[in-house]
Parts: sequence; structure tokens; C-alpha cells
Amino acid sequence: MLQYTFRRVLYAIPIALAVSLVCFLLVHIAPGDPIDAILPPDASAETVAMVRKDYGLDKPLPIQFGLWLMHVVQGDFGRSIANRRLVSEELVSAAGKTFILASSAAGLGFVIGCVLGGLAAAFRGTWVDRLAVGFAVGGVSVPHYWLGMVLVIIFSVLLGWLPSIGAGPGDWAWNWAHIRHLILPAVTLSVIPAGLVTRTVRGVVVEILSQDFMTTLKGKGLNRARVMLHVVKNAAPSALAVMGLQLGYLMGGSILVETVFAWPGTGMMLNQAIFQRDIPMLQGATLVLAMIFVALNLIVDLIQTALDPRMRRT
Amino acid sequence: MTHASTVTAKLAIPRTAAPPRASYWREVGKKLLRDKVTMACLGVLALMALVIVFAPLIAPYDPLQGSMARRLRPPGTPGHILGTDELGRDMLTRLMYGGRLSWFVGLTPVVVAALVGGALGITAGYAGGRLNMLIMRTTDVFYAFPSVLLAVAISGALGPGIGNAIVAMTMVFIPMMIRISETVTTSTRNLDYVEAARSTGASALTVVRIHVLPNVLGPIFVYATTLVSVSMILASGLSFIGLGVKPPEPEWGLMLNTLRTAIYTQPLLATLPGLCIFMTSICFNMASDGLRAAMDVKS
Repeated sequence: MLQYTFRRVLYAIPIALAVSLVCFLLVHIAPGDPIDAILPPDASAETVAMVRKDYGLDKPLPIQFGLWLMHVVQGDFGRSIANRRLVSEELVSAAGKTFILASSAAGLGFVIGCVLGGLAAAFRGTWVDRLAVGFAVGGVSVPHYWLGMVLVIIFSVLLGWLPSIGAGPGDWAWNWAHIRHLILPAVTLSVIPAGLVTRTVRGVVVEILSQDFMTTLKGKGLNRARVMLHVVKNAAPSALAVMGLQLGYLMGGSILVETVFAWPGTGMMLNQAIFQRDIPMLQGATLVLAMIFVALNLIVDLIQTALDPRMRRT
Repeated sequence: MTHASTVTAKLAIPRTAAPPRASYWREVGKKLLRDKVTMACLGVLALMALVIVFAPLIAPYDPLQGSMARRLRPPGTPGHILGTDELGRDMLTRLMYGGRLSWFVGLTPVVVAALVGGALGITAGYAGGRLNMLIMRTTDVFYAFPSVLLAVAISGALGPGIGNAIVAMTMVFIPMMIRISETVTTSTRNLDYVEAARSTGASALTVVRIHVLPNVLGPIFVYATTLVSVSMILASGLSFIGLGVKPPEPEWGLMLNTLRTAIYTQPLLATLPGLCIFMTSICFNMASDGLRAAMDVKS
């Protein structure tokens, strides 16, 4: 296991490097001179010359990449063009907000998915099954930005129960004043993992129930709860893996929901960066979110292998 | 290779392991016809496609011409069955025309990615060795990005516009198509009769054309259809956040965005474009599930 862990971590390094390269190239696929993408249009000639030298923009691309990577590894993503603040500072607070949203959504989706998937498998072929499968298809097919709008209309506009925008006053805290802001976006975002987990859990549990050892367990007189324990133990690795990966997808893909609910996370940051042509901000946010995704993939893989050594990938 | 080797290769196929024949497709067709849900979804999609294609002929108004005096009328208004939008343009007309761009931006990346990614994946799977390494490791890099983030980052860097949105989404789907194509090709490549064909001296191109393609195109096609639903949501999503289609062009995602201000006054009206996206995406999703079942392709 230790050797396996070591190998997986080692393999993640070239991936992380290549991911940085793609993020680095974002500046270069943006139309125009990269210097215009890094600096505001009213920057003085000295600043332009300084940054050009600092980032080696007069040097060949591979060297530029190296220099940029040195800055990034030290946590220096440059300054935002729009408000001249450090990208890294903005990123830390935004990533925290997005993590709160994404992890709540993933957790909620996981619980809903396990319950629905389990019920669907246990009552296979009945209306319960059909309802759960229908929910799963709906969950992955619904444009969640639209679902968010519908929820706002119902719970904010018509009923007036929950706020429709923002993340509450000041810094985040786990109290009602803040949590009420979280409910609608988290529910909106949770339909995707809920649908996927339902599908996975249903499939896995149906397969487990059909295996010979289930007959043995029932035959030796175990009660239902004990049999269930065996089912859960066998289904857990797949369900957890789906949820872990979904957390990564949600962190990177929350831009639409954050736009709907004006949730001040990385998605909103990306949105603003795009419209202010704030490339350092876009680059920094993309890189950090992608790195979180790489790390989550690695963690999920390691946990999954620890729980079920048969999953081991070489 | 010469024509003779093709003949030899054909002779070398054991009858039992032959690639899908016409009877297989007849069987798939029969299964599909019996599947009521899939047929209903295909029916809805066909109807939508017809409306979209013939929008200029059947739409009651001009999609770009509005009247400020008739802004934000609710659905059911005489003369405007589905009401009017924030600039007084007929909603039904806008939705009909809107489907054109939504479908175009949603479908194009999947088609292009299926062709490019399919070709690269089959090449990687059949060639194996270093070429496989090169293609698959590059694919891994793109897999290291959450798909929505990659699409947003690329189209964000390129700037708003339909073309840029399509390019960005195609970049997201190509690695997915490569991976699935490589997997099915690799497993086909090691089948006995393909091995046999190769050992008779048939050229790589011949073996791929006659033995590999008929086996892999089905799964690749089914996988591509599963991407359509995701692609539709993403395409309209990009326009929703202002990347992609620019106003005043009608497009469902963009319309949904501009109508957000109307949720307090006309909540039902504001949700209509999203309902269109939802209907399209769920029909594609269920039709693709039905197709997968009928073609007996494992996910």
C-alpha cells in the first residue's frame, strides 16, 4: 500500500506540471500581447518594462513558463488587473466560500443518492425504483442554473422564506444568518451528485444482492440489519468515490450557480475576471481549482484502494 | 497492401465472431420501437428539430423586433401565447429561434469531438506503444480539469462569442471521446479474429476498416449521444454567464439570463427558456439510455 501510495503521488507530479502548463498557456491563447493581458491598459512604461523583464516575456516560451512557475509555487499569482489586489489573497477567501458550497452540496447529494439508490435497489422494478431512477435522470439532465432560478422564485419571491443572493453578512460562520443563504445554492448544486450517486448506488447494490454470498448470509440466519451491513460495506467504496470526484467537479463547476445566487466564491471571481479581461485572476483561479481537483482525485483513488484493494490501478 | 490480402483477411474471419451484421441493426431497431419511453423522447426531439428548422416559416413575429409598449406580458396574453420578454419581443418566436443557436452550439462540439477524438482514440488503441502513450498521457492532462472549469477558462481567455464557445467545448469533449474510443479499440484489437486477420498479413488500415471499425463505432456513437445532454446544458450555460451567444441574438441560455430581472414580476415567463433547455437535455439523455440498452453496450 505504501509503495502504491508513493507511486500514485509520483504520477500526480507530471500531471500537476502539465496542468500548470495549460493554465500558463491561457494567457497566450488570449488575443493580443500577453503584457496587455497581465497589466492594466494605463500601466506606465516603466511598469511594462519591469514586468516584461520579471516574467521574461522577451524570452522564449519554455523559459517564460519556468519563471511563471517559480512565481506560482511561491504563491504569487500576480495582481488583479481590475482592482490591483493580490490574486492569491482574493483566491483564498473565494475558494473557502466555494468549498463550503461544494462540500454541502456533495454531502447532501451523497445522502439523497444513497437513500434513493438503496431504496431503488431494494424495491427493484416497483414504482419506488422507477421514481428514484426518474429522479436520477432528472438530476443529471436539469440545467442547474435554471433550477436555481426556479427555487429562488418559489422560496424567495413567492414564499419569502430564504434570501436569494449573497453569503450573509461579513465572514462566514455556521449560524442561521449565514446558513439560510447557503440552503438554496447548495440544494441547487446537489441535484447533480444526488442523481449520479443514486445511479451508482442502485447499480452496485443490485449487483451485490444478486451475488451468491448474499444467499449464504441469509441462509446462515443473519437478520436483515446484519445483511444490510454487508451490502453497505461492499457498496461504500464506489459511492464514496463518486462523491469525492463530484466534490472536485462542483468546486470547479460552481460558476453557474454562483452567478445565479451571487455567491462570493471562485465562480463569481472567474465570472468577474472574464468580463474585466482580468487574465491573471482567471489564470490563478483556474490553476488553483484544477490543482484541488488533481489532489481530490488522488485522495479518492488512495482511499478507494485502501477500502478495496481490488481497485488498485498500476 | 494489395487487394488480395483484403480477401484473405475476409476469409480469415471465423463466422461466429463476425462483426455486427444487418440482422443486428434490425434487432436494435425492433428493440427501440418496443421501448415506448425512448420513442416518446425521440418524438419530442424530432418535433423540436422541425420547429427549430422551420422557425422562419411558422414563427408569428420577428425575433429581434419588439415593442416597448408591450413589455413583459405574461403567458396567455392574446396575440402572444407565451407572453413577451423584457424588450417586448414575442416569447414564442424567440424560443423557436432560440433553439437554433442552442442546438447548434450544443451539438457541434459533440460531433466534432466524436470525429476528432474517435479518430485519435482508435489510432491510439490500435497502434499501442509509444503513440498510445503520447495520446493517452495528453488526454490525462485534460482529464485533470473539471469539465465546466476547462470550458469556462478556455472560452473566457478567448473572449465571448459563439465560435470561441464551440472551440472551448470541443476541447473539453475530445479527451472524453479519445478515452472511450481507445478503450473499446484496445479490447477489440485483442480479439482472436482480429489477431488472425493481422497474422494473414492484412495492412493496419484494412484490419481497422474491416474488423475494428464495425465493432467500435457502435459504442463510440452511444457514448457521443450521452454527451449531447451535457453539451446542451453547458452550451446554454456559457451563454447564460455571457460567454457564447451575444445579445440580441435569441438563445435559450442568454434569454434565461436577460429574464432574470423579471423573476419578481413575471416568474412563469422567466423560467420558459430554461424549461426548453431541460426538455431537450432530458430527452437526449433518456433517448441515449434507450439506445444503449437496445444496442446492448455496457457503460
